[in-house]
Amino acid sequence: MVEFALPPNSRIKPGKTWPTPAGAKNVKTFRIYRWDPDKGGNPTLDAFPIDLDDCGPMVLDALIKIKNEVDPTLTFRRSCREGICGSCAMNIDSDNTLACLKPIAEVKGSVDIYPLPHMPVVKDLVPDLTHIYAQYELIEPWLKTDTPAPTSGERLQSPEERARLDGLWECVLCFCCSTSCPSYWWNGDRYLGPAILLQAARWVFDSRDEATGERLDQLDDPFRLYRCHTIMNCTATCPKGLNPGQAIADLKLALFERAG
Amino acid sequence: MPSPQSSRERPLSPHLQVYQLYRKIAPLLSILHRLTGVALYVVGSLFVIAWLGAAAYGAGAFATVQGLFASPLGYLVLFGWTVVLFYHLANGVRHLTWDSGRCVTNEGVRGTGITMLVMVCGLTIAAWAVGLMLVA
Repeated sequence: MVEFALPPNSRIKPGKTWPTPAGAKNVKTFRIYRWDPDKGGNPTLDAFPIDLDDCGPMVLDALIKIKNEVDPTLTFRRSCREGICGSCAMNIDSDNTLACLKPIAEVKGSVDIYPLPHMPVVKDLVPDLTHIYAQYELIEPWLKTDTPAPTSGERLQSPEERARLDGLWECVLCFCCSTSCPSYWWNGDRYLGPAILLQAARWVFDSRDEATGERLDQLDDPFRLYRCHTIMNCTATCPKGLNPGQAIADLKLALFERAG
Repeated sequence: MPSPQSSRERPLSPHLQVYQLYRKIAPLLSILHRLTGVALYVVGSLFVIAWLGAAAYGAGAFATVQGLFASPLGYLVLFGWTVVLFYHLANGVRHLTWDSGRCVTNEGVRGTGITMLVMVCGLTIAAWAVGLMLVA
């Protein structure tokens, strides 16, 4: 359902402004979305002035510094701090990206940080990913075969067949793309969204997979696949430089070609 | 023991409020396609109904409607409608290009977007040049 305004319990109220660190010369303010399930109430936007001369270069460095030194209750996901795990996906300066790959210097003015858009919030910058993981499970993201495995052990691919998966296997499932997509915002209950469709393409176009027909049958649905209207926010925002838009276009073409 | 926070009570994270689609070329051109489509359907239908209805009603009514269309304000509205028509047409061709699997990249979105806007200007000017020559 298209709902432009936020529900009353989700509207953001002004929050706390923390004191500027003493003696700091190079101060940047981080405005961060806060919501605590134990306190309830509406979310707030808290302001944290940070001394950049005493902080790492990336937005994640600043978040960790805030959690360590200013407010230990600030809650966010992070793990690898180098763009491999996909945990620290959030909305920074109006774009979805990984906090660990986003240099603070790229942001003009205050650094505004929100959870991934149009998601239920568990706490602060942590969105509830239950639904999107269920959608991932739906596409059965594993190799499906009927033929017995070759006695030599491995199912072989030519270098060209392997190359078809480049640009698909690198996805880290951070969901920056799906949560940047207005179609996913309005129809995320039934539309699979760019991240899951890119994963679907990763198995549809795998030469070793023997369930291509079933996979395409499952996608051939007005909502699951065809809610994509080529808005292309997904490709614009992908922190890994992948192209979910092309993956979706390839799936549509595969269905078209199969129909004859 | 307190019950766990139910998902119904969880706030929805901001979307349009923070994503600033108007600052990004891809979604801006996309929503304009939807809006021009609606405008063509609604406004265009009303124009045709007014025009045909007046013609069916009689010569006087038709002259009135024709006079409205030919007034400076009428020309302005029709000019805007022409821009809307060619936008939806040219961007429709852009969508066909994408549906064929071509130009589905960040550079492609930008490049085809600029090409499309140039086509809209060219087609609008050409249509009005021909139209005004026929009137004159």
